[in-house]
Amino acid sequence: MYHVSKSDFKTRLQTWLPKLVLSPSLAMVLIFVYGFILFTVYLSFTDSRILPSYGWVGWENYNKLWRLSHWEISLKNLGIYASLYIAICTAIGLTLAIFLDQKIRGEGILRPIYLYPMALSFIVTGTAWKWFLDPGIGLEHTMHLWGWESFEFGWIKDRNLAIYTLVLAAVWQSSGFVMAMFLAGLRGIDSEIMKAAQIDGASNWNLYRRIVIPLLRPAFLSAFVILAHLAIKSYDLVIALTGGGPGRATELPATFMYSYTFTRNQMGIGASSAVIMLMTIAAIMVPYLYAELREKK
Amino acid sequence: MSSVQTQSVQTGRITRKFIYLFLLLMALFYLLPFFIMVVNSVKPLSEITGGNMMALPEVFTIEPWLAAWSTAQVGVEPTGLRPYFWNSIKMVVPAVAISTVLGAINGYILTKWRFKYDTILFGLMLFSCFIPFQIVLIPMARILGILGLSGSTYGLILVHVVYGIGFSTLYFRNYYAAFPTELVRAAQIDGAGFFQIFYRILMPSSGPITVVCVIWQFTNIWNDFLFGASFASGSGAPMTVALNNLVQSSTGVKEYNVHFAGAILAALPTLLVYIVAGRYFVRGLMAGSVKG
Repeated sequence: MYHVSKSDFKTRLQTWLPKLVLSPSLAMVLIFVYGFILFTVYLSFTDSRILPSYGWVGWENYNKLWRLSHWEISLKNLGIYASLYIAICTAIGLTLAIFLDQKIRGEGILRPIYLYPMALSFIVTGTAWKWFLDPGIGLEHTMHLWGWESFEFGWIKDRNLAIYTLVLAAVWQSSGFVMAMFLAGLRGIDSEIMKAAQIDGASNWNLYRRIVIPLLRPAFLSAFVILAHLAIKSYDLVIALTGGGPGRATELPATFMYSYTFTRNQMGIGASSAVIMLMTIAAIMVPYLYAELREKK
Repeated sequence: MSSVQTQSVQTGRITRKFIYLFLLLMALFYLLPFFIMVVNSVKPLSEITGGNMMALPEVFTIEPWLAAWSTAQVGVEPTGLRPYFWNSIKMVVPAVAISTVLGAINGYILTKWRFKYDTILFGLMLFSCFIPFQIVLIPMARILGILGLSGSTYGLILVHVVYGIGFSTLYFRNYYAAFPTELVRAAQIDGAGFFQIFYRILMPSSGPITVVCVIWQFTNIWNDFLFGASFASGSGAPMTVALNNLVQSSTGVKEYNVHFAGAILAALPTLLVYIVAGRYFVRGLMAGSVKG
């Protein structure tokens, strides 16, 4: 009898053990991610200023937020930055991948060169580009010394053009990664399909346009999702490269949220901007992750 | 990317020349900022302000490196980046170790001990990797304050473990999903328990994915700026925050050469990992995006 109940306990333990062991991780995620999200959502409806406070103000913070020109500028900047960043990274990544896929001598050396910026911190990238783009000591200065006196490249100091320096540095950092994604996609294509198309007399251009690129659709989708969420989260690079300036020329929602919450003591508005950032990312990520997880089943 | 490639596209000679030219120019584009960092980090300051940023140094000096490491003004103290480098090490080693171990166990449970709604739970964990961390900054700052961990390395370890287990779980889950479940069932019939199966059967073949996971977590945590700046901006700051303070400090002359040396110091650990284990780094990137 004793033996039976003991083994009974053991089997029951064995069925509970996995859930038991998983629970600390799960609890952490539920509290620190989802609990915190709820807390921030709640704060966005309160009159919190320098510290969290719990006076309910309804939609007031959101109304204020959408009337702030600072927020409008951040969104507009994000629009320019994200669309260019995604488009240029995709274009460069795809071109590099297709070219590298042509039995290139030295591919083993070139590929890591394209990809190494991804291992660097955005603060490092920002520092390097900040001084390189500085007209006083960087590229413009060098061109003058080389005899091209009329050369001008002061984008980083220009209110209308500074946002494009952000795109430049971000593309430098991430386009190699997009290249790697497309290259993996290209190497996964069945070469029989390519051969058949060539026997049918398709030119290289048509082969890629009509057959290869459509087959890369999953890679396009992944690249888009990853780049879009990176763009919305961009914070470090702005801080290191331009600090949001000149003026507010390179403010993004991420820098807006930080400055309203922690330096301007408008925590309620900061929280509401964070909620909008989350919603935007969720709109992109949730359908994507849902589709990915469903496929796996 | 390792699959054998059967070339079927034919390209003409001029096209090939153009392709090589383009690839080389792009390589120069990617190398240029690093070249500038290295070259200017071994020049005296006068050669940068008065000279050409693209030129090789006329006078070679390692002064900027020494200054960046131990005497440069970071924030208010002239400590150099050294203490912050160690802060980062003290933060990154435990955070990587803990998040990897948790990820391995979670991945094991989510694939070999499946239960109802496990995919939903995994989805919740996975989504946590992609949230904009601005959404958790305010409550996290409060909690760290309540726990007495504000400004400390321990606080940052906690933060990085919490927001790192999503990815580490993803890696191990996808890896173990391909591991034959029959072996696990057979061991179960032989009387092996939950932990025994993990140690004896799954762990021995987990080498590659552990490397991938460690590299990914190391790179991410080392390069983090937002959490470091939010929760540990003082003497407990990690390397990235200190580097930013060094570069942005508005007092005195801008010592560009010291900034470049500091930037390389901050980049060195992840860059070394990339050079030594680039293959795994790429695999990690891919698994983190295409969920392969």
